[in-house]
Amino acid sequence: MSISLEEVNKIAKLARLTFSDAEKQKLQQELSAILDYVDQLKELSGKTSFQITDDPDAVNLVRDDVVDAQINPQEFLAQVPAREGKFIKVKSVLE
Amino acid sequence: MDFTDLTIKSASELLSQKKVSALELAQMSLKRIKEVDDKLHAFLYVAEKESLESAKHTDEMIIADHEHSALTGIPYAVKDNILVKGMQATAASKILENYKATFDATVIRKLKQVSPTMMGKTNLDEFGMGVSTENSAFGPTKNPYDLSRVPGGSSGGSAAAVAAGEVLFALGTDTGGSSRQPASFCGVVGFKPTYGRASRHGLIALGSSLDQPGILAKTVEDTATIFQIMAGQDELDTTTLPKPVPDYSKFLKENLKGLKIGVPKEYFAAGLDPEVKTIIEQGIKKFEELGAQVSEMSLPNVKYALSAYYIILPVEISANLSRYDGIRFGLSAPGKNLEEVYYNTRSAGFGAEPKRRIMIGTYASSAGYYDAYYKKAKLAQGLIRDDFKKAFEKVDLIVTPTSPNVAFKFGEKTSNPLSAYLEDIFTGPLNIAGIPGLVVPGGLTKQGLPVGIQLIANHFAEEKLFMAGHALEQSLNLKLKPNI
Repeated sequence: MSISLEEVNKIAKLARLTFSDAEKQKLQQELSAILDYVDQLKELSGKTSFQITDDPDAVNLVRDDVVDAQINPQEFLAQVPAREGKFIKVKSVLE
Repeated sequence: MDFTDLTIKSASELLSQKKVSALELAQMSLKRIKEVDDKLHAFLYVAEKESLESAKHTDEMIIADHEHSALTGIPYAVKDNILVKGMQATAASKILENYKATFDATVIRKLKQVSPTMMGKTNLDEFGMGVSTENSAFGPTKNPYDLSRVPGGSSGGSAAAVAAGEVLFALGTDTGGSSRQPASFCGVVGFKPTYGRASRHGLIALGSSLDQPGILAKTVEDTATIFQIMAGQDELDTTTLPKPVPDYSKFLKENLKGLKIGVPKEYFAAGLDPEVKTIIEQGIKKFEELGAQVSEMSLPNVKYALSAYYIILPVEISANLSRYDGIRFGLSAPGKNLEEVYYNTRSAGFGAEPKRRIMIGTYASSAGYYDAYYKKAKLAQGLIRDDFKKAFEKVDLIVTPTSPNVAFKFGEKTSNPLSAYLEDIFTGPLNIAGIPGLVVPGGLTKQGLPVGIQLIANHFAEEKLFMAGHALEQSLNLKLKPNI
């Protein structure tokens, strides 16, 4: 197993996901199998660089910062699970 | 007139000759959906009322304008991870079950300008994570050629809907093969553009550096007609490039004299189904008969593509899916405090596959593991891009299988996630390199299951795909149709 149960717990916490004990054991096996497979990338350890000749057309693109009338704030707010008037309601962030 | 025999080209001619109206086409599409979709489950939502209204309006417009575009009045479907204003966009996830799109994706906005008729939203693997539609939170789609088999994925609903003649074309998305592998399994044409050629604005993000909108259609010519509308720069997607879009119809010819085609030996190694291999080899022989020069070649680093893909993609997934927090839209599960709302919403809303990938992505990008995984994956990506770049100095196109196998049975790959991941082995390298691909039906196996041939071109050389794909299709003259 390339990943321990403690690590599964740690990642689950970082990802804000809850799992049952059985799910955690299954995840430990599945994640280990996937990580074992991608371990072939270790073969690339000697190689440090590659040559990408960038597309000369690949330039940074920007647009003008103008209000787009296509977007209706009311329609966006209609998708919010909990709100008061035009405000989005959340549980307190600072206790 | 049999609706299931129509292509965009033939239906558009009938519309011009006033032999059929847009309303009649929409009615025929709805009738076919009612006939077969109970068995197939290609659709998550059938837009019955909306499509009839839209088609009536289109007919009035055609009468007033006396001319129309090739896509006007053509019934089509949209994968349910692409936003159509006012309509559901579930991405086949419980977390977006009650979400309604608040704007049109750019590809939808562009299509609406030529008024095809939108018939509904199609099934997929949750958020596009899968190769079979078995990861849909709303049940799988079945393959029209064999109902005990998967249609491929993640755009399996779109591929099945086109193959079964429910619509004349469908939009998909393609992050690692999601439009091409289902096209191969369902015997239709599947297309993924160059990264940066078509807008991702309004596609529900999976892996933002890999995603592109895709097309599922009946012919290469139809695919080129659709892509003509979709392609081009969009200021709402800053990764689209301001390159002029050529007139693709000018490249559709029957002769490939002088075209150089490479066949990479790495794609024909052990693990390739012998019947699939035979069909691909027959396709390559056809290319030679059409005048192309075929040579064997090598892509030495392509063997790292899947490893790179299954690091880069989950890392981007773990970031992209953090927006489903129960606060702004979608499912919201109650909790004592803010953190519990996050935990409860995400744990209840995501299916097993998104959770698995969020876990891998979080691990691979977390402190201490970044260098070992993500950095190595990006190095592999650079090497693979270089392989293709060098190859396209010598050849115009590369021809390969699409998948190592034909459509598999339900449940065959669900117990072992890694075995499903290996399905992307031939299609994923294109997304890693950002290059375009086209899948053209090559034939049926003895069991009657379709096999698609994948054509690969250099960045922004889509016209070469359409040229060679069209010539191959005309010469094979298969006219595949499932018996459903």
